[in-house]
Amino acid sequence: MKTTGITVRNFSHYYGQHQSLKNLNLDVYRNEILGIIGPAKSGKSTFLTCLNRLNDLIPGSRVEGKILIDNQDIYQPDVDVVALRRKLGLVFATPVPLPTTIYENVVYGVRLLGKNNHQELDDIVEDSLEKAGLWNEVKDRLKTSALKLSGGQQQRLCLARVLALKPEYIMLDEPTSGLDPISTMKIEDSLRILKNDFTIILVTNNTKQAARIADRTAFFLMGELIEIDETAIIFTRPSDERTEAYLQGKFG
Amino acid sequence: MRIKPRIEQKIAQSVLMFFTFIAVLVLVFILAVILKNGLPQLSLEFLSRNPADMGREGGILSTIVATIYLTIIALLVATPLGVGTAIYLTEYTVENRITRIIRFGAECLAGIPSIIFGLFGFILFVNRLKFGWSILSGGLTLAFMVLPTIIRTSEEAIKAVPASYRLVSFSLGSTRWQTVTKVVLPSAIPGIITGIILSIGRSIGETAAVIFTAGSALRMPTSLFSSSRSMAVHFYILAREGISMSKAYGTAAVLVIAILIVNLITYYLMERYIKHRS
Repeated sequence: MKTTGITVRNFSHYYGQHQSLKNLNLDVYRNEILGIIGPAKSGKSTFLTCLNRLNDLIPGSRVEGKILIDNQDIYQPDVDVVALRRKLGLVFATPVPLPTTIYENVVYGVRLLGKNNHQELDDIVEDSLEKAGLWNEVKDRLKTSALKLSGGQQQRLCLARVLALKPEYIMLDEPTSGLDPISTMKIEDSLRILKNDFTIILVTNNTKQAARIADRTAFFLMGELIEIDETAIIFTRPSDERTEAYLQGKFG
Repeated sequence: MRIKPRIEQKIAQSVLMFFTFIAVLVLVFILAVILKNGLPQLSLEFLSRNPADMGREGGILSTIVATIYLTIIALLVATPLGVGTAIYLTEYTVENRITRIIRFGAECLAGIPSIIFGLFGFILFVNRLKFGWSILSGGLTLAFMVLPTIIRTSEEAIKAVPASYRLVSFSLGSTRWQTVTKVVLPSAIPGIITGIILSIGRSIGETAAVIFTAGSALRMPTSLFSSSRSMAVHFYILAREGISMSKAYGTAAVLVIAILIVNLITYYLMERYIKHRS
């Protein structure tokens, strides 16, 4: 039995006059990996920032419609945005380690809550890095600069940093777009395990990645949701010809 | 007739090198004159005794102390005001007409001659607020004089912090203030310090604004309300009134060396800070 985590109804988003998301309707189930594919500028990343309200920070950003997360309308004025962002962790396309140590990067969000117990922080660091598949590579140099890690390691660090918040949802915005195949594989392996405990929304410009690890896949085009279905169905017999054309590489 | 690019490049390089040479030469010349005339005056006595007989005799201790007090007051006031303004303008407001006016105002202030600040300080602090000619009036006047510099340099330093750091910080559930204190400021500190060093240099060397507001008493300052004479003012009076050129050069040498030492120490601390963080 699937439990619905996120419900999006008649949702639109605007940057000033430009409508970047058009009347979206979709559900995200608990403990699934939802892949979101589509060409550049189709609103995939914007959708993620609407879910954790990071778009609040952009001047001229405006929304219509509803997003319910665990039955809470997240655009109500009384919503605790800081708590919302902890609940929906976001990994960006470009890994951005903060200019400090590996250790401090992982506990950044935890420290914001005022937790300072060394043992507790140590445990969180080990657990998060373990889950992100980075622990063995960095356990002897946790106190060295995160900027010295390779791109793939940095991206797994960013994943660990999100995991340290104990979120319920993990959103990844083209997390492997700048990475080599081996780093990509490591991240995908982590995600397969993580979906047991988390709900994962994976935006990717690599359709094969969605095919490999997503349970369901949504196809976005110019701010519209063209279709959403089981990944196998999307990739073998999509109902919209635009989906088929995109997957065959005719555009995008 | 066209010059060949290769020859053109040679000529450009030579001309630019010549310009650089002239610029460096002027600086070296100034330093050489001051140090050549000033260094022989320096002695422990010169640094540790108060001026006597209008400055003809004795040392310059009271003016060193006054300069330090003035500079400390200026920075204690200007740093929080300036850095705070810069944080507010960059982090808490969206670029609009009002922020542009504030920024333009700060830039205009930076271009105002220091003697105007002196006049302003004289009217406001010395007369209206009745602080008299004092360390306090002088320090506050210097604070307002260096404020635009601190705002500008802090703003530039804060703007140079990558926007992605802020996004990451917010996405990890931080408030705006947490983002400012934990991510933005630590990254911007070297730039902010640069502004503060510039301000220290200007405060130490300022004459016009100080002579109007702190006065020119030669006594050792004993409180915030003591009228006192900074090194730069002392130099000006000694030279202008022909009291003692040799003591004037000695004072100038101490001024130059003091600024050098301040710069060296701060750059050393900054190096260490940057190394520690990366």
